[in-house]
Order: sequence, then structure tokens, then C-alpha cells
Amino acid sequence: METNKQPLDQLRDIKSLMERSSRFISLSGLAGVFSGLFALFGAAAAYWRVNLAPWALRDTDTPFGTGRIVHIDSGVAWFLALDGLLVLLASIRVSYYFTKRKADRKQQPLWGAYSRHMLVNLSVPLVTGGIFCLVLFYHGLIGLIAPATLVFYGLALMNAGRFSLEEISYLGLSEIILGLVCLIFLGYGLIFWALGFGVLHIVYGILMYVRHDR
Amino acid sequence: MKGLIHQLDKAFESRIRLGIMSVLIVNEWVEFNELKTLLEVTDGNLASHIAALERKGFIEVRKRFVGKKPNTSFRVTSEGRTAFEQHLAALENLLRQQG
Repeated sequence: METNKQPLDQLRDIKSLMERSSRFISLSGLAGVFSGLFALFGAAAAYWRVNLAPWALRDTDTPFGTGRIVHIDSGVAWFLALDGLLVLLASIRVSYYFTKRKADRKQQPLWGAYSRHMLVNLSVPLVTGGIFCLVLFYHGLIGLIAPATLVFYGLALMNAGRFSLEEISYLGLSEIILGLVCLIFLGYGLIFWALGFGVLHIVYGILMYVRHDR
Repeated sequence: MKGLIHQLDKAFESRIRLGIMSVLIVNEWVEFNELKTLLEVTDGNLASHIAALERKGFIEVRKRFVGKKPNTSFRVTSEGRTAFEQHLAALENLLRQQG
């Protein structure tokens, strides 16, 4: 009777091996959830420090503003930079922890051809976006930084998604759309940031957790 | 029915050989140790199946040194790819037959 099951079993084996060897499937949904929470805390802290309505960082002369501000208090600027850095470091740390845990369970090496492919494809648009935003800052175009980070982050995720779970691609697409909408409503960057890096990470994190982690 | 089974490639009867091919189909060059981890087999076992596939001309072997360590990688040949695709098609046909 074994022959009856064989073709299906073989196909299953093939599919599983192809996935394990070409896609980095050990990304954990919980990493997304916690990164999202950190981002929300970070956004709340920024909101509190700037001590103004979230849309206050805009040029008031035009309906949606050009996003160009000439002067930003250096104390506020340092606080925002430190705030962002802390959120980033905490997210990387927690993502490493959950991903390592899942990789051990799935018996997929954390550092293999798959994660390497994914990281390389993630980092090219990400580093480009980082430099792009530094130049925007240099030109004083602060308002354009929020949409630019969202769009470049989305592109990076879509690029890396081919080497990982499909939800990563959808998350990337969502970030791109959000970034483009944010570009229209210049000056509301903090809200869009909280949505993109906070809410979207949590939503997709839960989705990934339910579909792949349990 | 019998005809269909004959389309299945004998070279892929072993689960390990089928596994090696599955990994190589979706990757460029794969190292010996990476294959070993993925397939959960011993060195000797993997080596003998690789030798069999190489004899058939389904895979290509590249040996080189990384620093002082020998490093062996494999990649699928176009013959291997064709044979694997035919094997897959035959498996799918069999499944369809069984409904």
C-alpha cells in the first residue's frame, strides 16, 4: 500500500526542502509584534517631547505644507535621533531573539545562504534610503523624511520578501502605499510613522504568528 | 498505469537523491555541509548519493580551497534539471490517475 502514498509524500518532501533551502522561513511574527510596540512607544515619546500636535512639524503657510522647516531646536533634534536609535536597537535585539528561537525549532541555520540572500536584498534599498534621508535632512527637507523612510523600507521588504515568508512582501507593499499617501499629507509624518512602523508591524506580526509560528 | 510508473526516474527512487536534487534546483551552488544539515544524513551516505548523481551527469561538482579548508559545492546540470522536471511531471500524473 506504500506505493499509493508515495507520489504525494515525495512531492511534499520536495516542496519542504525547496522552501527550507531557498527561503528564510524562520522569521518570527512575535519579532514584528514587539518591534511594532517599541515603535509606538518611540512615537509617543517623540510626540510628548515635541510637545505639540503631531502635525505641528510643518510649514503653516500652505494647506499641506512643503515639509520644509528651516529651524529645528537642536535639543529636540537630538532627542528624536536618540529616540529613533533606541527603537531600532531594541527592535533588532528582540527580532534576533525570536528569530533565533524559531530557527532552532525549525532546524534551519540562522546564518545560511537563505538568510544571507535575504539580508543582502534587504540592505541595498535600506542603505540607499538611509543615505537619501540624510541628504534630505541636510537640505532641511525634514517633512519628506517620514514618507521617504516608509517607501524605502517598503521597497527593501518587497525585495527581501522573495527570500522569506510571503507576508514580508505584503508588509512591504503596505509600507510603500502608506509612504506615498504620507507624501501627499506632508506634515503628518509622525502619525504615518506610528502607523507604518507600529501598527503595520503588529498586524503583520500577528498574522505571521498565527499562520507560521504555532 | 504501468507505463506511468516507468516514467519515474530510477535515479530519484532514493529519498536522499530526490532531496539533493530538490535543494539544487532552487539554489545556485550549495556546499556539502549545507546539504548535510538540510537532509540530516551522514557524510558517507550523502557522498555516495552525490557520486551516483554525478555519474548520471545530473550534478556538477566544484572543489576548491577556502583558506586551508577544502570546500566542495554542487550545482544541477541542465540534464539533471530536465530529468527532475520529468520526474515531477510523472509524479503529478500518477497523482491525477489516483484521483
